[in-house]
Order: sequence, then C-alpha cells, then structure tokens
Amino acid sequence: MNRLFSFFQDRHAGLGSILLLAIVLMVVMPLVFDIYRLNLAGRYLTYAFVALGLVLCWGYGGILSLGQGIFFGIGGYAMAMFLKIEASDPESTSIQTTPGIPDFMDWNRITELPWFWVPFNSLTFTIIAVLVLPAAFAFLIGFAMFKRRVSGVYFAIITQALAVVLTILIIGQQGYTGGINGITDLRTLMGWDIRDDSARYLLYYLNAVLLIGCLLIGRWVLNCKYGRILTALRDKEERVRFSGYDVANFKVFIFCLAAFISGIGGAMFTLQVGFMSPSFIGIVPSIEFVIFAAVGGRLSLVGGVYGALLVSFAKTMFAEAYPQLWQFLIGAVFILVVLVLPYGLASIYGRFGHRMRTPFERWLGDRKARSSASSGGFQEPLQEKRP
Amino acid sequence: MSSNTNFLLSIENLTVSFDGFKAIEGLNLYMDESELRVIIGPNGAGKTTLLDMICGKTRASEGSIKFRGKELTRMREHRIVWEGVGRKFQTPSIYEELSVFDNLEASYPRGRSVFGALAFKRDEEVLLRINEVAKEIQLETRLDESAGLLSHGQKQWLEIGMLLIQDPELLMLDEPVAGMSVSEREETAHLLRKIAKGRSVIVIEHDMEFVASLGGKVTVLHQGKILAEGDMQTLKQDQRVIDVYLGH
Amino acid sequence: MSGFSTQELLAIFAMQGFAGVSFFSVLLLMALGLAIIYGQMRVINMAHGEFMVIGAYATYLCSITLGALPGMTDYYLFFAIPIAFGSAFLVGYVVEIALIRHLYHRPLDTLLATWGLALIMQQGFRSAFGAREVSVLVPDWLRGSYRPTMMIDIPLNGIAILVLTLLVTLGVWWFLYRSRWGLRVRCTTANRDMSGAVGINTKRVDRVTFALGCGIAGIAGAAFTTISSTGPTSGSLYIVDTFLVVVFGGAGSLVGTIASAFSIAQAQSLMEFFLGSSMAKVLTLLTVIGILLLRPEGLVASKVRR
Repeated sequence: MNRLFSFFQDRHAGLGSILLLAIVLMVVMPLVFDIYRLNLAGRYLTYAFVALGLVLCWGYGGILSLGQGIFFGIGGYAMAMFLKIEASDPESTSIQTTPGIPDFMDWNRITELPWFWVPFNSLTFTIIAVLVLPAAFAFLIGFAMFKRRVSGVYFAIITQALAVVLTILIIGQQGYTGGINGITDLRTLMGWDIRDDSARYLLYYLNAVLLIGCLLIGRWVLNCKYGRILTALRDKEERVRFSGYDVANFKVFIFCLAAFISGIGGAMFTLQVGFMSPSFIGIVPSIEFVIFAAVGGRLSLVGGVYGALLVSFAKTMFAEAYPQLWQFLIGAVFILVVLVLPYGLASIYGRFGHRMRTPFERWLGDRKARSSASSGGFQEPLQEKRP
Repeated sequence: MSSNTNFLLSIENLTVSFDGFKAIEGLNLYMDESELRVIIGPNGAGKTTLLDMICGKTRASEGSIKFRGKELTRMREHRIVWEGVGRKFQTPSIYEELSVFDNLEASYPRGRSVFGALAFKRDEEVLLRINEVAKEIQLETRLDESAGLLSHGQKQWLEIGMLLIQDPELLMLDEPVAGMSVSEREETAHLLRKIAKGRSVIVIEHDMEFVASLGGKVTVLHQGKILAEGDMQTLKQDQRVIDVYLGH
Repeated sequence: MSGFSTQELLAIFAMQGFAGVSFFSVLLLMALGLAIIYGQMRVINMAHGEFMVIGAYATYLCSITLGALPGMTDYYLFFAIPIAFGSAFLVGYVVEIALIRHLYHRPLDTLLATWGLALIMQQGFRSAFGAREVSVLVPDWLRGSYRPTMMIDIPLNGIAILVLTLLVTLGVWWFLYRSRWGLRVRCTTANRDMSGAVGINTKRVDRVTFALGCGIAGIAGAAFTTISSTGPTSGSLYIVDTFLVVVFGGAGSLVGTIASAFSIAQAQSLMEFFLGSSMAKVLTLLTVIGILLLRPEGLVASKVRR
C-alpha cells in the first residue's frame, strides 16, 4: 500500500495519479452511478478540460485568464452549429416560413443560412474547427497581449472583458446565434441519436479518453525543458528573457494549448448535454473554471479534474437543497482556498501521502530523484514571493 | 565608423532620458576583446542603466551600441543574448522553485525556441556541460537541491553559472559581491579572473578592494557621463574622482 | 448618420453627451476608489461593485425611513450620502482586517478571494432585501429637466450627480495631495519599506485607504440610486467597466482616471444612439482593449527609472 502511495504522488502528475484517475473515471464511476448521474459527471468532466488548461497556463505559467469560457464556448458552439444544421433538415422544419434553417433564425426572419454557418454542414470541418478555432483565437489574443508585455492583473481583466464582449455579441445577434437561449434541441450526430443511454455511455467514455489524453499531453509538456522554462518564467521573467528566450512565444504557446484543451471540453459538453448557450462563456462560468483549478490544486494536473467534479457535484446537491446557502458556501470556498490552501486539495494529498511513506521508501524515492537529476520535479514554492 | 570594427563593444553618444531626466548623456565607451572592465561611480551615476541599455532592457533615446559591429539598440532582448551578451542582475535572479541542475539546464543555449524546448533532449553533452559549470561555481555537490535553499553567495554564483553555460563573449555583472562574506568575495574574485580569460567582462562594483583585486581598466561614471578612465592606481590620484566618489 | 440634419446631430450629441454624464459620474466614483486601492496596495477588489450596492441600499433605507418623515423627502439625500459613505467605509474597514491584509502582493489571489467575497455579499443582499430591485423616492427638485433649447433636454438628476462627483473628486484630490494623510498614503505607495522605517504606520494607512476606496464606492451607490433601481447584483454590472477605466487611465493617476472614465462613458453613450446598447458596449470595450494593447501603461503614465 505504501508503495502505491509513493507511486501515485510523485511530482505534478505522476503516471500513477493519471492511471488512478483513469480507473476512477472509466471503472469506478460507471459502476457506481446510474446513467443520469454518469451523464452529469460527463458534463462536469467537460469543465475539467478547462480546469486542466488553467492548471497549465495559470498554475505553471502564472498567466491567469478570466476568459477561458471563450474557448469552451467556441468549441461548444462549433459543435452545436453542426448539430443544429443537422437537426434543422427541411422535413422537420417544414412548418417554418423558411424550412431547412435553424428555428431561431426563422423566428428572427432570416431566410438563408448565414455564410459562416455554411461550412458547418461538414463534420470534418466541424471537428477541425473545434480543434483549431479556440487555439487560433487564443493565438490572436495571446500574441497581441504578450508581445506588448501585458501580463498579470491586466491580462486577467482584459480576458474577462473579452468574455463579456463575446457574451454580449452572442446575445445581441440573436438571429445568427440563438441569442440568450443558445443553440438548443440537438438530437442526432450523423443520424445517431446522442440522447439514448448507449450513446450517453459511449460519449462519456469518449470524453474520459480525451481527457486522459489531454492530461498526458499536459504532463509531457511540463516534463520537457519547456515546462521548466515555464516555471522559471513565472518566478523570474526577466532572467528568462535575458537568458535568450522570447518570453512572449512561451506564453502564447501555453495559452493556446490551454485554449485547445478547453475547446475540446466545449465540444464534448455540447454532445453530452445537447445544447450550448452564452451562459457558459461570460464572467461567471469563466471564474468558476478558475475555482475548479484552485480547489483541485493549481499545480496538479489531475487536481483540476477532481476540483471540477467535486465543486460541480457539491453545487448540484447544495443548490437543489439550499440555493441560498450555496452562494455563501462557494464564496467561502473561494476565500478559504486562497487564504489557507493556495495549492488546493492536491497539496493536502501530497502532505498526507508523504507521511504515509516509510523511511525506507523515502530514501528510495530520494535516491531515485537524485539519479534522474530531478526531472521537472516540483515542490510548492518555498515562500510567498514578495517583490 | 571605421573605428567601430576594431572593438568588441563600442558605445557612441549614448543618451537616455526619463521624463526629461538624462540618466545617461552622450556616453562613449569602447571595449576590446578579452578585456575586463570595472565601472564604478556614486549612486545614480547611471551604472545599472548602462548595463540595462546594452542588454536591451532600457531603450536608448539617442546614440548607438555596437557589438561586433552589430547595432544592439534596436535588437530584441533575447536576440542580444544570442549575439553573445550575458547579464547578471544586481539581486540574485535565479529560479528558486527549480533545482540547481534545472536552473543551469534552463539556461543551456539549446532549445531556445518554444518547439526547440519541447524537443530538447537531455543528452550526454548537456550533462557534461552542466557538471563542468557546476564545478566551476562550486555547486557540483548540490545539483539536486532546490535553488531557493542556497546561501546568498551561492545564489550569486549560480546566476554566474547560468550565464557561463551560455559561453557569452561579453559578460556583464552588476555588483556580484554585494552582501557576500569576505571569503566569498575572495572566491568570487578568483572565479571572475578565471572566467575573464577568453571573454570580455564588465563588472559594476562599489567595493574598492574588490575592484583592485580584479585588476583591469576602470571607468568612473558620474551623472550619466564618463568622468575618468584608467587603471585603479592612476584614478586614486585623480582629484575629480576623489571629489565625486572616493573622497568620502 | 445620413438621416439627420446638422442641427439634429448637434442636439443628439448634446443630449447623449448629458445622458453619458450620469454614467460617467458613477463610473468615475467607482473607479476612483478602485484606483486608490489598486495604486496603493496592488489589490484587485472584485467586490468593489458590491460596496457600491451597500451605498445604494443604505440610500434606499434612508429614503424609506428618513424620507418618509414629513418634510424630509426633499432633503434626506443630504443625510443619505454620508451614511452611504460611512456604511461602505465601515464594511471595507472590517474586510481589510479580516481578509485583504493577508493577501498583499498577491494581486491575482486577491482577485479570486474578493470574487468569493462578492458572491457572499450578493447573497447577503438577497437575503436581506430580496431579489427584487428596489428604488428610492427621488426628491421633486431632482425630477425636472433643464431645457436650454427646444431640442435639448437635460435631466436635473444628471446635473446633481455630476456636481456630487466633482465635489468627491476634488475631495479625493485634496486628501491625496494636500493632507497629511495623503502624504502618508503617497509615501507608502512609493516605497512601503522606507515609509515603515520613517515611522508611518503602513498597516493603518492600508486599512484606511482600502476603507476609503470602499466608502467612495458607497457614494457612487448613492448617486446610482437616482438614475436606476438597485438589486443584489447591480454592482457586478459595473465591475468590468470600472476595471477598464482604471487600467485605461493608467493606474495611480487621478487625471488619467477622470479622462478615461469620461471617454469610455461618452463613447458608449454616443454610440448607443446609433448602434443600440449592446453593440455600443462591444465596440467601446474592444476599442479600449485595442488602445491598451498599443499603450499598456494607460493614458497617463510617467516613465519611471527602474
């Protein structure tokens, strides 16, 4: 048992902790939950993509984005547009003034599919859009900001403002976007009913596999030299710059990677929940994603996943029973995590796990660490940085 | 213009102003290859600003800085590093959360682009070089320790090591012995003399004993201008230098 | 704009300009507090909007108690404003002691913690005053409007808020640049360690500065009640704009904050007439972000030698 612990808790995300997560997601949860709860868990796991992205760019890169909902939304809307076009075939929309276009367009007296909707007739295009658009958008934002050395608080505020802009645009342009209700009534994917139980199981597993895949990508990125430069960057940006690195490029990359991962989450959300709306883009959801990462542990890749699951399930349970209490509770969680547990639940687990190891294993672990010359090892920062 | 090509570094008519205040004004400075140059001067003389301008942290309002004939004033910071200019900051600037080994590896001059850093492999060559530098800065036994646990003097050495691993042609050190003990100072002086072989070094320093122990040409800066230049012995006799700096 | 004659356009500009004045006033009052707090201790107060709401609810309470007394309807605002200031100041003072002082120099963390505080405060308002928006009795003398020409119609409450804002701004300027306290605040901003060394109680300065910033937000709340009704989440609607005002103006610059509040409010108000409010907002925000990218230090910033 002790051996297991040391296997699971080494570094930011040992393969062990990812394996454990995979078992929880793919074996334990499907066994324990009925399909309704599993679908709910699947929905929360799509938030975990965003939280994972935030662990990478905020926890390791020091770049706090309060606009991650943008990328979740882009991925989600891209998928929703495809599904909506499929749901709006001329037969099922025959009662509309213009059959064959999405219902909300018809309500807004639009008579033709807008040009930017047309490519979403193709599933291939849609998948490419889900994978490319969020990262491309992040590249534009990141490139403009990081080259101008906008960082820290300014970056957080500007990304938040951008999330507001996107929300207002979507709500304002009702005819093209479905407005505040979003894009709803999504039923089939290439004729396959995504709402029946077998489809839900399949989508849940697809979601879990993709999430594990993203975790592995994140782990790989952190474990190579890039990851160390990223940590260095958060600590002493000037030193990195004057060691010959184009700091802006390093930031742009991790921001794009986070957006890429978030976009996949958004698309999986649409598939599993059957709609997408601006309420997953704006200030509130964007900051909720941050709290998932903070609760789980901003320096733990798997922490973000557990954080998303825990907080979301807690929200569902509490908000149903005591809606008033929930707001107080989540507010208190924000404050407590920042004040008492800045490295989240993962830091408790780390300390706990460490105590569980026998002296022999500690010695073994230390020796192993020494021989591998501490490849990307990460400890909690020794002290709070005070400039 | 012809004179530029003979020097490693030639600074001409360099001026920078902050809201009208000229921190450096019409400064000319030339350095040969393999030269050790010490810059002294009272607080606010513009010493650190001068280093900032050479490495691109502060941009010149006027004038030029040529390194091996290449203009640095408009070059981006990391490119200046690629040209072979290394700069140590005044307070030890190391990555406290990484190990000593990682600190050195993070400065290793391969894998400097994003994708280069992703594809970077820790091969034999890298390990050898890191061990070699670690020996030079006397940290070879502490490679696995977190850099934040080093003593102040060791942090300064580590930062010097992080520059050495890039093998720069011009190394700029801003008060490398500030806050060091006497024995650490001696060792640092020894280290600096050693690394000055085969490369040019600029050192900013306040400690006169340390300056004398380094040898080399000394430039006295005062109010953004060069007051005097020469070896330490001559400068000690110079009345202007005594008035503004050595006197008190 | 082809459908309008020159005269009409001028009238539209004048009226929208004055409509923007109320928005400008609230924005400036909010931004002043935020700028002081951020400039002084690098704390990002996401709950700033909620402090405004405290002021607004305080004004509301005054209006239904004091304002209900015979003959007081016209004058209760004069009591409400100091009460709004005082209540927000007090809550701010307590929050500083309980929360903020543990987070100095961790700006991104203050952002998250104060967001949590904002959630708690919003729920607190909801529990205390209900989810429905409440509005105050606007005194008769604020209801009319001033009509210099046939086409231009300027509401009096806008003028009153503007006067109040100018007074508060003047007060802040006097406090920061002419008073003993302000000197201490500016010292602490410039060099915290040194200020401590020369005998300034920097912790006390922080506490008062934070509370003062919150208090000004409370005044903004009092002003807010005369142009709109108050709900538990009214404050959160202003927070993004206020942050942009502070950042756009160049944090720590009084003139910059005023200029940026004015330009943002006016741009939005003018565009609103032609494009509708949502597109006006989008364009304003994007323009501000665009300018910020070109000038990350904001409108007014001094080059500091580091």
